[in-house]
Amino acid sequence: MYKIVVAKELAPKIKWFEVYAPQVAEKAQTGQFLMVVTHEKSERIPLTIAGYDREKGTVAFAFNEVGRTTKELGLLKEGDYIWNITGPLGNPSEIKYFGKVLCVAAGVMIAPMRLQIEALRNAGNTIVAVIGARIKKLLFFKEEIKSLSHRFYTATDDGSEGYKGLDFLRELVASEKFDRCIVMGPVATLKKVSEITKPYRIPTIVTLMPPMVDGMGMCGVCRVTVGGEMKFGCVDGPEFDGHLVDYDELIKRQRMLLPEERLGSVLWEIGGCKCGGRKA
Amino acid sequence: MAEEKPKPKIKKKAVPMPKQPPEVRIRNFNEVALGYTEEQALEEASRCLQCPKPQCIQGCPVGVDIKSFIALLREGKYEEAIRKIKEKNSLPAVCGRVCPQEEQCQKYCVLGKVGDPVSIGRLERFLADWERARGFEIPEKAPSTGKRVAIIGAGPAGLTAAADLAKLGHDVTIFEALHLPGGVLVYGIPEFRLPKSIVKAEVEYIQKLGVDLRLGYMIGRTYTIPELLKDKGYDAVFIATGAGLPRFLGLPGENLPGIYSASEFLIRVNLMKAYAFPEYDTPIRVGKHVTVIGGGNVAMDAARSALRLGADKVSIVYRRTRDEMPARLEEIENAEEEGVIFRFLAAPNRFIGDERGWVKKMECIAMELGPPDASGRRSPIPIKGSEFLIDTDTVIIAIGRTPNPIIQRTTEGLQVTKWGTIITDENCKTSIEGVYAGGDVVTGEATVISAMGAGKKAARAIHEYLMTKK
Ligand SMILES: Cc1cc2nc3c(=O)[nH]c(=O)nc-3n(C[C@H](O)[C@H](O)[C@H](O)COP(=O)(O)OP(=O)(O)OC[C@H]3O[C@@H](n4cnc5c(N)ncnc54)[C@H](O)[C@@H]3O)c2cc1C
Ligand SMILES: Cc1cc2nc3c(=O)[nH]c(=O)nc-3n(C[C@H](O)[C@H](O)[C@H](O)COP(=O)(O)OP(=O)(O)OC[C@H]3O[C@@H](n4cnc5c(N)ncnc54)[C@H](O)[C@@H]3O)c2cc1C
Ligand code: SF4
Ligand code: SF4
Ligand code: FES
Repeated sequence: MYKIVVAKELAPKIKWFEVYAPQVAEKAQTGQFLMVVTHEKSERIPLTIAGYDREKGTVAFAFNEVGRTTKELGLLKEGDYIWNITGPLGNPSEIKYFGKVLCVAAGVMIAPMRLQIEALRNAGNTIVAVIGARIKKLLFFKEEIKSLSHRFYTATDDGSEGYKGLDFLRELVASEKFDRCIVMGPVATLKKVSEITKPYRIPTIVTLMPPMVDGMGMCGVCRVTVGGEMKFGCVDGPEFDGHLVDYDELIKRQRMLLPEERLGSVLWEIGGCKCGGRKA
Repeated sequence: MAEEKPKPKIKKKAVPMPKQPPEVRIRNFNEVALGYTEEQALEEASRCLQCPKPQCIQGCPVGVDIKSFIALLREGKYEEAIRKIKEKNSLPAVCGRVCPQEEQCQKYCVLGKVGDPVSIGRLERFLADWERARGFEIPEKAPSTGKRVAIIGAGPAGLTAAADLAKLGHDVTIFEALHLPGGVLVYGIPEFRLPKSIVKAEVEYIQKLGVDLRLGYMIGRTYTIPELLKDKGYDAVFIATGAGLPRFLGLPGENLPGIYSASEFLIRVNLMKAYAFPEYDTPIRVGKHVTVIGGGNVAMDAARSALRLGADKVSIVYRRTRDEMPARLEEIENAEEEGVIFRFLAAPNRFIGDERGWVKKMECIAMELGPPDASGRRSPIPIKGSEFLIDTDTVIIAIGRTPNPIIQRTTEGLQVTKWGTIITDENCKTSIEGVYAGGDVVTGEATVISAMGAGKKAARAIHEYLMTKK
């Protein structure tokens, strides 16, 4: 059982938890993830490490309340317990001096991007940060990321804040030289940014979020095709060369269990299932 | 005139195992085989000839004294009988259910020459269940040695070694990456073959021995083996991480939605209890026509689980014939009774998706058997031009598993084979001092009883190492 020591809302339906898990905090590095089991009957879900404090023994993550598991997780409060946390899993990001790094994050993944930017900045890189969301009120960490980066942009799908969409990146990468690009967010964002950086041969690292069950190389549901080869997202990733990923296959695989997930979520919301009255 | 000794009347037929009828059991996940009653057990035990030179024992990988335990059972001394088994086998409730007895102990029983061999596994199960119903007694532990052992993996190899080392007075910690202990016993073998409550009871017994069980610790990530030895103060490590990495076929279309590895399918069904969805939250989609590729226990388990989850039709595609199938005979028969369709001498070529990208057909090629290969089995050879299509909307690939490479990648100096299995000597010792390994991670996919045997052997070797090292 792992105690939630800080719980706060970053934006509507986006929560931030800090959890006491000293063995995870001891080893956590940016780019890695956790498998979280909310209660005894929950799914195992992967969430990216968004912060850690080795002294306090805490590890932080942010999550979007999208389906049943994340909604149930979102009901927990400070002082409550999470049933199980395994981690850190996956390979840490490569952190060293590259030069000028373009960091693009969308949605909930802005949270782990903050940690990554901090690490890249400490390694001496020049940071150009872009954070995006569907609408203005879903943007968060603006001040934090702005203060960590040398240049900072925002974008929204509807243009309610900053640029409208990510098309402005085309001009940006055409007009100056970047040594590396890091992208985190929904697969559509990863795909789009990778397409934009490819003609300029900017090494582009994307964090893939394929479906996962165990997160430790036992089931193969996370398999993705990268450069024509089968890779396991959990043990070979989660970061991959963005120019080599077969995004269309990944999109299809992400939709795999959609009807069942909706059903699980709806049944839970109407209280039609016997899950031990977890809904508050 | 010496009177001829009356020959004992040989009972050729084994007492049949009471089972749930097929039409009932394919609608539930409860155990199929119900177990002998006391009368049935005594009746079956009475068939044993108590041979002066019992052949059966050589067939048991851990050398259970079969003749003696059956003798004790016959006298009604159940407690002594189970203790006799436990001298060699610490998980009899599990082995009685899942050992491939027809390949092991029962293969050598002399009665097999004239009729059915003695049902050794069923008797073992009877005694283990009798004991569990009464509650385990906690054996005496040796005084504390002050030595600490880390065991990686809570499958049969790890659990067995933990119990033995704890009894010898060592301070034992098991690190298990998953959120539940048991290894394949909980995430692979389905409830209808091995109820999870049995594994749970065994794990509780081990915890009562004082073993510290830490769940959600992936060694290689959370801690590495060098860290366990240097920073965390462990004097020895036993690697019992099994062979959990699923193999894929490498064929076109393999990543189409609707194609699962057997591990994914069984983990969702067993560990995450997808069969109780939506009470348990892990979903699974089982289509109308399920095709399972492979011929081992894993393939049978996947096929029979798919039937229970409501598939209309489940077929197993296997490239050799029924005789070469590596699955336990009893489970092949169970699958047949339940209506699983077998397509022998066929192998997949590629997978074809529908407009949404979901698998809808599988192209196969027919095979014929050629001369025996190195393993002594006749190897299948594709027949040119024999391609044919199968309609299917769910495919489960059950063609084998290899060790997970995380530990091998994060432990410098650990010698492994090109298949990723860890190299050890006959006492489970690896290339690193104080580090031992056993079970599927050393042998590749094998059996529960052989993994347990390795756990016992490793425990003895580790004990010796700890007590002699300065
Ligand atoms: C390596 C990795 C790291 C991740 N890190 C984070 C993180 O830091 N914060 C966070 O909020 N989420 C993260 N995710 C995604 C997160 O795991 C899913 O949102 C979560 O599993 C949803 O569970 P649920 O039961 O609430 O929703 P479900 O009922 O499973 O799904 C609800 C909806 O979300 C969609 N969905 C589910 N999983 C994904 C996915 N992987 N990608 C895109 N859409 C998905 C479903 O299709 C469905 O529409 C990560 C995923 C991976 C693989
Ligand atoms: C579906 C299926 C059916 C089977 N049926 C039978 C049968 O009927 N009869 C039979 O005799 N055998 C059967 N087998 C084979 C048998 O289960 C295995 O041979 C046996 O379980 C091996 O035991 P083990 O302890 O070596 O490994 P496992 O049981 O695989 O246990 C290894 C454990 O280590 C954990 N682990 C892995 N990596 C790490 C890490 N880095 N850190 C921490 N923990 C880790 C795993 O999560 C797992 O819990 C079957 C196997 C499967 C998959
Ligand atoms: S452990 Fe297995 S092989 Fe040995 S006697 Fe028991 S059933 Fe037979
Ligand atoms: S070989 Fe068969 S009959 Fe003889 S002792 Fe063993 S079980 Fe009994
Ligand atoms: S999540 Fe199961 S192998 Fe990657």
